[in-house]
Amino acid sequence: MEFLNVVYSIVPAAIAYTMPLLMGALGGLYSERSGVTNLCIEGLMLTGCFASATTIYLLQSAGVGFNLAIVIGIVVAMLAGGLLSILHAVAAINLKSNQVISGTAINMLATALTLFLAQTITGSGNVTILRGIIRSDVPLLSKIPLIGPLFFSRTYWTTWLCLAIWLVSFFLLYRTSFGLRLRACGEHPSAVASAGVDVHKMRYIGVILSGLLSGLGGACILVTYAGEYNSTSGINGLGFLAIAAMIFGQWKPLGILASTFFFGLCMTIANMGRVIPLFQSIPTGYLGLFPYVATLVALVASSRKSAAPLASGEPF
Amino acid sequence: MKGRIDNRPLEARKASPLLVSLSAVFLGIVAGAVLILLIGKNPITGYDRIIFGALSNVRRVGNTLGMATQLILIGLSVSFAFKTGLFNIGASGQMLMGGITGSILAYYLPYSMPRPLYLLVVIVASALVGALWGSISGFLKAKFNVHEVVSTIMLNWTAYWLVYDWIQRFIVDPTIVVKSKPIEDAHTLRADWLTDITNFSTLNYGFLIAIIACVVIWFILNKTTMGFRLKAVGSNRFCAEYAGIKVNRSIIISMTIAGALAGLAGLTYYCGYSNIMEMGKMPNEGFDGIAVALLGNCSPVGVFFSAIFFGCLKMGRGSLAATGIPTEIADTIIATIIYFTATSVILTNFWNARFKGSFTKKEEAMTLALEKQGRVGVDLASLTKDERKALVKEGMGLLKAKRQAEKAKEAK
Repeated sequence: MEFLNVVYSIVPAAIAYTMPLLMGALGGLYSERSGVTNLCIEGLMLTGCFASATTIYLLQSAGVGFNLAIVIGIVVAMLAGGLLSILHAVAAINLKSNQVISGTAINMLATALTLFLAQTITGSGNVTILRGIIRSDVPLLSKIPLIGPLFFSRTYWTTWLCLAIWLVSFFLLYRTSFGLRLRACGEHPSAVASAGVDVHKMRYIGVILSGLLSGLGGACILVTYAGEYNSTSGINGLGFLAIAAMIFGQWKPLGILASTFFFGLCMTIANMGRVIPLFQSIPTGYLGLFPYVATLVALVASSRKSAAPLASGEPF
Repeated sequence: MKGRIDNRPLEARKASPLLVSLSAVFLGIVAGAVLILLIGKNPITGYDRIIFGALSNVRRVGNTLGMATQLILIGLSVSFAFKTGLFNIGASGQMLMGGITGSILAYYLPYSMPRPLYLLVVIVASALVGALWGSISGFLKAKFNVHEVVSTIMLNWTAYWLVYDWIQRFIVDPTIVVKSKPIEDAHTLRADWLTDITNFSTLNYGFLIAIIACVVIWFILNKTTMGFRLKAVGSNRFCAEYAGIKVNRSIIISMTIAGALAGLAGLTYYCGYSNIMEMGKMPNEGFDGIAVALLGNCSPVGVFFSAIFFGCLKMGRGSLAATGIPTEIADTIIATIIYFTATSVILTNFWNARFKGSFTKKEEAMTLALEKQGRVGVDLASLTKDERKALVKEGMGLLKAKRQAEKAKEAK
């Protein structure tokens, strides 16, 4: 029974850790599938985290309802991510500059700018919100034995939002002409252009979608498990984990769902190791590095059959 | 070669990398000024304080150079990898590994050891460990095609947690358990004569290491076949492979040397500039090094000067506190500069268009002047520089008159 209890405590936490990664990876997928290498997921997520933290902090202290503030915060986070991603889009699509460098510049810009604004707004490097989302049980479904306690009890509503977005993305990418065009832009842009589709427009959409989703991912980190924007640790390279999850998931929605859950599980073990009797003897440092080493191993394992979009990173 | 007649056809000037870099710096400074204005402060006082903080006396200059030391080494590391077409954003992790090696050795090696021997041991050891850390990314890229950006970031965080554990395990300060025990002066890189001439600044032997590294890297890149091979792989991987260069080996070598340089930067940072390591702190310098490399156009000389520029920004911001401007403005300026270097096409095009414009204007002026002198049909390229200058001087007046006449005609 003790083992089952451990599972019951790990899986819901792992799901909470998975959702921001899923959004980041899905954002990366939109961008890469449209043909733009996007290494600034980290910066976009950090911006989302900061934007939602500031908005929610200001609204909640001004007496706006807790849940309303959270919803507004999430919307603002998405907009902030979307806005920042336009910088990358301009650099990558119009100016045909090195997308890796531009992405890194945006990561640095996000780190510096959020800290700068946090200093100006709250006077310290941290923005803490009064209250995040309260976990709730899904009616009926949480009563199912075994599955109920694992997946449907004490969940955040953002989890369902993220899963819905994932499902919509799946249909959008594989069942609509828009999806076909977007994917074709990442494989063979000149063919798409000759069919009369505006490649630049499609790529802009891809990059901006990645900004919106990464912003949402950043907001999820804040309103679920983090509760604060912290300038010293940022988001701990989560955006890069999301990119790794996208590669490990072979640039496919289903693969991404599986790989982000795997990384989410690793993150849970790293963060909750102390509570789990099985891992208690392992020092904090080694638990902490576990997700990153696991990522490297996963990347090596998936390297043989890479399904990267052919034209990703190629200016058009 | 005075008065030499150059028979090449005349061409408009092209924007040089230096000009593009300087424009990026200018735009970064303007962006910083706009931000300062937005929060309702005076940008001129802000920049004045930064310059004051970085350069106002010998000690501050020494501190700026002390900070520039690790930036030079990291900048070289990033540039070197970049020449082989690799983007090393794992300098922070390599720095941590080099730093922890130096710190552990400083803690455990006996003080009876002769100082030159001690310095040699720590320098070689931290470079080796940094090299090992860098070579992992190179190996993964060469053998498994794992993108070096992702793998170096993962290794950054792995190093972060390893160092977290090792500080606790090997060199913890028993009174303050979140950092390492300060290293005794005899085991840091501090040099008495450097400390004396700069009035107790942080300048140390690391600066000499950085200068030597600049020379060595310049030599490797420009004067050896290995450097040529690495650059060939960077400019066209497939062409290099076709020419018989072992691409995978070049990638591993490049990342190894980049790692060694970053490892040295860690040594100079944690055992020279500072003398402690804190747990749970990722050194920002690893990322600033990217800016240094890009701004310096990835050449050792460029890296040297751009590192000193960034050193000024990073040290000078300490004096901002009194003005109420957050010190993070310096990082924002650095990030903006990188963005503008990444999108340098826009700057290059801007300058090329300006040069083209002034060139056509000058050409027109010269033709007018020649017409007036009755020397129609003379090839402009066959004239000497001085003759052309005189013609331009003469022609500019004519051109102005012509334009005005045209305008007057249009007005009628």
